[in-house]
Amino acid sequence: MRSLAILIALLLQASGAAAEAGDAERGAKIFRQCVSCHQVGDAAKNRVGPHLNGVFGRLAGTVTGFRYSDHMKRANADGLVWTFETLDAFLENPKSLVSATRMNFRGLKKAQDRADILAYLRQYSDKPSDIPESEPTLRDGGPNLDPAVLTLQGDPAYGEYLSSECTTCHQADGSNQGIPSITSWPAENFVVAMHAYKQQLRPHPVMQMLAGRLSDEEIAALAAYFGGLD
Amino acid sequence: MKINRRLFLGTSLTAAAGLAAPAVLGQARPRVVVIGGGAGGATAARYIAKDSKGAIDVVLIEPTRRYYTCFFSNLYIGGFRDMNSIGHGYGKLASDYGVNVVHDYAIGVDRSAKTVALAGGGSIGYDRLVLSPGIDFKEDALPGWDLSAQTAMPHAYKAGTQTELLKAQIEAMPAGGIFCMVAPPNPFRCPPGPYERVSMVAHKLKAENPTAKILIVDPKPKFSKQALFEEGWQNYYGGMIEWIGPDFGGDAVEVRPDTMEVVIDGAVEKVDVCNAIPAMKAGRIAELAGVTNDAGWAPVVPASMQSRMDENIYVLGDACHQGDMPKSGFSANSQAKVCAMSVRGTLTGSKVFPAKYSNTCWSLIETDDGVKVGATYKATEEKIAKVDGFISQTGEAAGLRKQTYEESLGWYAGITADMFG
Repeated sequence: MRSLAILIALLLQASGAAAEAGDAERGAKIFRQCVSCHQVGDAAKNRVGPHLNGVFGRLAGTVTGFRYSDHMKRANADGLVWTFETLDAFLENPKSLVSATRMNFRGLKKAQDRADILAYLRQYSDKPSDIPESEPTLRDGGPNLDPAVLTLQGDPAYGEYLSSECTTCHQADGSNQGIPSITSWPAENFVVAMHAYKQQLRPHPVMQMLAGRLSDEEIAALAAYFGGLD
Repeated sequence: MKINRRLFLGTSLTAAAGLAAPAVLGQARPRVVVIGGGAGGATAARYIAKDSKGAIDVVLIEPTRRYYTCFFSNLYIGGFRDMNSIGHGYGKLASDYGVNVVHDYAIGVDRSAKTVALAGGGSIGYDRLVLSPGIDFKEDALPGWDLSAQTAMPHAYKAGTQTELLKAQIEAMPAGGIFCMVAPPNPFRCPPGPYERVSMVAHKLKAENPTAKILIVDPKPKFSKQALFEEGWQNYYGGMIEWIGPDFGGDAVEVRPDTMEVVIDGAVEKVDVCNAIPAMKAGRIAELAGVTNDAGWAPVVPASMQSRMDENIYVLGDACHQGDMPKSGFSANSQAKVCAMSVRGTLTGSKVFPAKYSNTCWSLIETDDGVKVGATYKATEEKIAKVDGFISQTGEAAGLRKQTYEESLGWYAGITADMFG
């Protein structure tokens, strides 16, 4: 079991390294031929094909609300996980990997093109896994932050006072019944997410409005307080 | 059941009698009495008790042992929630936070003696009094209507038996019958509430009585989330709903509960169900305490929620007159936290931070089609003033609307946990 985990970790590292070889900017241009079916990034939705946020590391055929072909469902049952390698193979010739996929695309023959497009898509994956909407909505680059903002030591007591504004919707016990849990987050993730709302990079009107009037210190205080809740 | 109830009342009376000694004597802890166990009162009681960590004695006076939230009661009418799921008890406030919950009616406030009189006899002394009594109806505002009409023509604007009655009447409508809502004038509890209710009634009738009609008689020229509701009504319930605004006599209405007639600008309309929602005022205890204005609402200091007429009294939620915030459960919950902080500051010297207020109201138009409106507010000298706001847009994608509805379910779970522990 452990060796499998290590293998996966190595594969992920390898895919990360491989993806870095691609040119994301060039990849964005190549991706234009995909956009009639696939969306990625801010507010991406399922179209003819599923949205591609968070595709790296995801089990095939698992985007909520998308109706997959029987063959993609079989790939899912078989445990196909989208890594740099599997995506690279799929992009080269979709039907070579999933024989009757509905993805009618002739494939990208040049390895560099595939590397570039994957470098582009890579930016929309691997965000904090416990923020349900973070993958689809966080724009590449994230919020523009002074590094000092990330190292601010929040005062949890002040955060507790401020938190009463959050707990009208978010539950202090960390349960999620339709509104995401905000407890036990690493402080940095919390701070980045709140600033992304404040700078209107993450699209949720309530959160943009509430984060919009929080100071850097207040955000740090909330991160410290909620981070300490189980 | 009756024995239990009597026993329970007996217990609360004993508790009340035991509490009657003035808190100012001796070394007693300062006492805060909260009247009303809804979104304002329950939240205030919980936060004062929780954050003072035992330094303040908190008494909550609430007549009902099980509280049904007005928010989501329209979803009960539409069949999206059962009654039990919107009912809440006060057990955790007592057991987890040490709030002394007294199930009785407050019938008077003696502001010089600082005591509250209870219907069951006895009185309770206070150092600070928090009034969160919700709304009552102005008896003379809708011609033909008084409280005795509320069985024939339920308002269903206090959740519970009234809501069940209204739903039962809708279910008993003859095929092709008429449901009439007499909408209230401003200001009133839950601005989108009447229109969400119409949506839920339409949802129900569409399935059970598709030839029925809905008539809204409205004294207001416009209403909350109007474009969103009208778009939804057009899309889902085309032809079923007719809105009669003041231009067509919506502001000249008389009801006749005995004959189930509604007279609109002189024209008599026979209806099968009449949901008459009269003009509102602060819950009666606010008036009895002498903290209301001529319009029937209790003016408050924006920075603290203290009554402008008595600094030892705070007024929360629908009953208060504060400025730009809508009368909503969310607003009451938000105001309760500012109040709790101020109360603790004055009684125990704890730190008081600047007031922050916010509100969001979700409404359901049809299955999986939720919309919302919200704003943030700040305290100015004059009033609680709007800072920033947003509203759902017409023509939004179905996925977003579904997400908005699911978010409202999360909010309901969140705010009720915030109120009742």
